[in-house]
Amino acid sequence: MSEADQGFEPHIVAFICNWCTYAGADLAGTSRMQYQPNVRVIRIPCTGRMDPLFVLKAFERGADGVLISGCHPGDCHYGEGNYHARRKFAIFRKLLEFVGIDLARIQFSWISAAEGGKWVSVIEDFTNRVRALGPYRAYQEISL
Amino acid sequence: MNDERTLKIREIAKELLSKGEIAVFIGYGKGTYNGKARPIFVRTPEEADKLIFDSTCSNNLVTYLKFPVVRDEGVVGIVVKGCDAKALVGLIRESQLMREQVRIVAVTCEGVVADDGQLQLRCQYCDVANPTFYDFLVGSPVEDQKPRDFSGLLEKYETMSVEERWEFWQSQFEKCIRCYACRQACPLCYCTRCIVEKNQPQWIETSSHLRGNFAWNIIRAFHLAGRCAGCGACEDACPVDIPLMLLNYKLEKEIWDYFHYRVDLDPESVPPFTTFKTDDRGEFIL
Repeated sequence: MSEADQGFEPHIVAFICNWCTYAGADLAGTSRMQYQPNVRVIRIPCTGRMDPLFVLKAFERGADGVLISGCHPGDCHYGEGNYHARRKFAIFRKLLEFVGIDLARIQFSWISAAEGGKWVSVIEDFTNRVRALGPYRAYQEISL
Repeated sequence: MNDERTLKIREIAKELLSKGEIAVFIGYGKGTYNGKARPIFVRTPEEADKLIFDSTCSNNLVTYLKFPVVRDEGVVGIVVKGCDAKALVGLIRESQLMREQVRIVAVTCEGVVADDGQLQLRCQYCDVANPTFYDFLVGSPVEDQKPRDFSGLLEKYETMSVEERWEFWQSQFEKCIRCYACRQACPLCYCTRCIVEKNQPQWIETSSHLRGNFAWNIIRAFHLAGRCAGCGACEDACPVDIPLMLLNYKLEKEIWDYFHYRVDLDPESVPPFTTFKTDDRGEFIL
């Protein structure tokens, strides 16, 4: 990270499922747990709703990191949405890696409605990691 | 450079057309450019003598079957190589085409050549030199079935640093003029309204600019993940020579590694993104 980036605060976009991770994040809030305020939450019905374009769009619009989080396997509100998401993103992230996107800027997690603490630790770790990486200049340059 | 396959194809086309079993026969004819064959549509038995088959028959004719205007003519006779047959089976598998709607003339194939006379890249990885999905088989069996192993080709890129890969692909996507020839030439890009044409909201920018070019090329490749027949039509059609098959091969390799699935000639096989296993790998998920 260069001198100019001192004091840089990352923009993190989190696509989280309505039924588990969103409730988990809500639990963290109602439990008065503290975590860094860099995350912008976008609620989606299910990780199965995730289109790979959401990730690209987030980067285009200036995100420095993207988090996708949903129900643990077996807990999907719709039965199988997260299984499909897991398949899709296992391959999509390999494609992104192949075209030169830093996978450290993309994180996936399963966080249940009871795991407010896990939400906090995932956000803390991911925010710290992206802050250390600095602004995602490479993508922002092609997005000008 | 006609061979015995030419005569056999003519014979089959004549018979099908004269019996009225098909409305149109799609095959290869003599082209006007560089000695290269071009697609022709034959509608009468007399015209069937224009049909040829040789090593310049590079086009994938199955692409025409994705257009309703062709299917609406009636039953279609079509010449396919092994790779083209994979695409045709893909259309059947995805309910875009009924088996009864086509009369398939499959040819055994030792490989086809590009404009420069060199063997096409895809032919070096061909595992369907002897097609197994057809109504008529033309040509004698071809010996060498090659392993579908792209690791040698991909290694050069996989061992680059993230920054180097980014630079490489940006320099490729920069050339893209967004003509969508890759999409038009692809037999499996059949959406009547492509995502890139949807503008409320506009997910992919349509101007020829890196931002949209990047998203377009990534999404085009990913929409073919687990479906791509590997026929190379997209790359052949690209006027600015973006190595699109690298992306397609990368996806095929990863899908094999993760799900042990490979596009084949069985219309009943289950593509990886239409199913799942509860114990699929998810080592990247916290």
